[in-house]
Amino acid sequence: MFTWLCGGALAVCVLLVLVLMGILAVNGFGYFWQKPVDLVVLDDGTALMGEIHDREEIDEGDGPTGRFRIRMKLGNRDLTGSDFRWIDQDRIVDQSRPADALVLERMEWGNFYGSPVELRRDGELLVAGVMDIRSTLPSLHRKKLALLADIHELETGAIGDVNYEIEERTRALRKLQLGGGDPTRSDASQAEIDARNRAYRQLAEQLSVFREELLRETLVMEAADGTRQEVPIGSIVRAIEPNSLDTGEAVSLYFSRIREFLLDDPREANTEGGIFPAIFGTVMMVFIMVFAVTPLGVLAAVYMREYAKQGWVIRAIRIAVNNLAGVPSIVFGVFGLGFFVYLVGGSIDRLFYAENLPAPTFGTGGILWGSLTLALLTVPVVIVATEEGLAAVPRSTREGSLALGATKFETTWKVVVPASAPGILTGIILAMARAAGEVAPLMIVGMVKLAPSLPLDHHFPFVHLERKFMHLGFHIYDVGFQSPNVEATKPLVFATALLLVVIVSLMNLVATWVRNRLRSKYASSAV
Amino acid sequence: MSESETQTPDRKELITEVPSALVSIRNLSLWYGAKQALDKIDFEIPRKKITAFIGPSGCGKSTLLRCLNRLNDLVDGVRMEGDILMEGSSVNDPEIDVNMLRKRVGMVFQKSNPFPKSIYENVAYGLRIHGVTSRRELDEIVERSLKQAALWDEVKDRLDDSALGMSGGQQQRLCIARALAVDPEVILLDEPCSALDPIATGHIEELMQSLKDEYTMVIVTHNMQQASRVSDYTAFLYLGELVEYKETEKLFLTPASRRTEDYITGRFG
Repeated sequence: MFTWLCGGALAVCVLLVLVLMGILAVNGFGYFWQKPVDLVVLDDGTALMGEIHDREEIDEGDGPTGRFRIRMKLGNRDLTGSDFRWIDQDRIVDQSRPADALVLERMEWGNFYGSPVELRRDGELLVAGVMDIRSTLPSLHRKKLALLADIHELETGAIGDVNYEIEERTRALRKLQLGGGDPTRSDASQAEIDARNRAYRQLAEQLSVFREELLRETLVMEAADGTRQEVPIGSIVRAIEPNSLDTGEAVSLYFSRIREFLLDDPREANTEGGIFPAIFGTVMMVFIMVFAVTPLGVLAAVYMREYAKQGWVIRAIRIAVNNLAGVPSIVFGVFGLGFFVYLVGGSIDRLFYAENLPAPTFGTGGILWGSLTLALLTVPVVIVATEEGLAAVPRSTREGSLALGATKFETTWKVVVPASAPGILTGIILAMARAAGEVAPLMIVGMVKLAPSLPLDHHFPFVHLERKFMHLGFHIYDVGFQSPNVEATKPLVFATALLLVVIVSLMNLVATWVRNRLRSKYASSAV
Repeated sequence: MSESETQTPDRKELITEVPSALVSIRNLSLWYGAKQALDKIDFEIPRKKITAFIGPSGCGKSTLLRCLNRLNDLVDGVRMEGDILMEGSSVNDPEIDVNMLRKRVGMVFQKSNPFPKSIYENVAYGLRIHGVTSRRELDEIVERSLKQAALWDEVKDRLDDSALGMSGGQQQRLCIARALAVDPEVILLDEPCSALDPIATGHIEELMQSLKDEYTMVIVTHNMQQASRVSDYTAFLYLGELVEYKETEKLFLTPASRRTEDYITGRFG
């Protein structure tokens, strides 16, 4: 009987995890699949075109009515103002799937649903008619995408470099002036800055030429209600004819969207595009945290287990460390803000970045402070696991080393700590899992909804620990609950959540694999 | 005990002098906290011979052994009186480097305790901590030590495998090879065969015989047959006292003390 109870409890746990993963997977993966586009005509003559997302029974408060309503994604936000609309099925008089329906995924304003009318260049008619547009649009679009890539390269490459150099030199100049340095040198660096400003203006001019070129051709679209809208080809991400996709095209579209989701920057206040900066920020933050927490936790545990006298002081510390693991994470965030950001960061700014003040460099939230705050949050986990690992190394192993003439230090670092490596790695795995999912403390020590640049790039010193960063956990919250268009982004929330779970699992798997390799190679401790 | 005291033969009959002493134990007493573990032990261990310590559990034979390489230093609350001299100088001298002492006095433990490293690294460990870095020298000494420990042929093709994958007997021989690698003068063996089957025990005993010409060995054993098989001298300890110490053959055939006789004939212990 009791066995059944235990088994039942386990079954419920497994079921909950499966349901969780299932819901995330179904909703998340479904987001990338192109649905067909329906043209719906209502009894008052209104024509609507869009994707049907939901269907539910209308409930007017006194039980089911037997009537249904559907939710359509209509897009065309620039014309109608909202993406979604509920429609009573009773009111629909005609429903069809026009073959020429065209979905434009745009850089701005979301999707456009309609039929193509004509292509224009500089306002003049270029091509008209569905067939001709169909044959001209793809190559034109590819050209524009290539141009877009050039623009992106120009912006982040040459222009970014020049801006960065100007910034650096301005900073150096201000430092020079603050220090009362000799005026010839400051003149020289002013000249350098001027030269770079000229270079910047040249690049900016080139950029505006590119931009003009980008917007030269437009596609005139007709919405279901007959309204016409001109869409610049350069602002189209994808043009899809959803009702005439064959399976191969549908699948490749699906994977191209997943690719975009994983590798691109977000657009439209994070509601569209990819989430690469958030993935990158999360992973990098966890890595920095591991580099901080491992030495700290291992050294502390080694002291407690190997060197300290096992009296009431150590027992008290051990209890305190365990309790530290139970402190709410937001408390650590507040501590990180007060200690790392204001005190440590503020001091660093006054000492090394005085020329930037009052604009803070390290005296504001950044990825370093976020990582250190989480390191503090997870250090008890590492300490406890390391201590268990150390305790599992038998006394005879230590004596074997000492009996060979090794000092205590050599014994500890060459035999005992390596032997407890699996235990230490277990701690690090747990710490990583905890850190990757932590959001609350990060919100006040450097996480932002949109970071202008990654904390790792090609500018010396390559790792910019003072920069703010994006994080998947916060991204989920921001996209799901803070965006102007909550309905439209709901699937994105699931997809992002799924990705967060996948990333945490991946990092855990890698660490577990390393641990098992260590264990099978030098199996000793049971932890 | 009062009975035996009345019959106690004098010291000369019980404790023999050895021809060439390497280690002299002088009136050694030892307490763990308030509990006395050794009581005025006084005898000498001969050079390049095998000396066995026998006696019932808790008689202090392991404690005595661990005094020889000062492994008791690690135990809290140990107090010692008397002294141990190795080639005339005290091992407890505060001037002496305990790590150098332990390099000179190797030890093999009751339960084999290879490090969680490869076979090669186990043997090379002692060399590395004593500053040997040349790969060639390491290779050479590792090979020589494994050959001395009669293990080379069994492991030469898997030196990089974990030492923990070996059989118990192999592990114990690896521990002997590990001790030999740092070129000690004395090897202490603390019940080295108690966890091994008879065949592995046989290997270890043969190994001890082959090492006898080069090393001074001290073995603690529960097994009186083993003591009589392998050792040249045998010390019988009882309740922290040295009862009798002489050539193994004499001790087993003509014990002078009543207590020794009772123990070796299996009347107690």
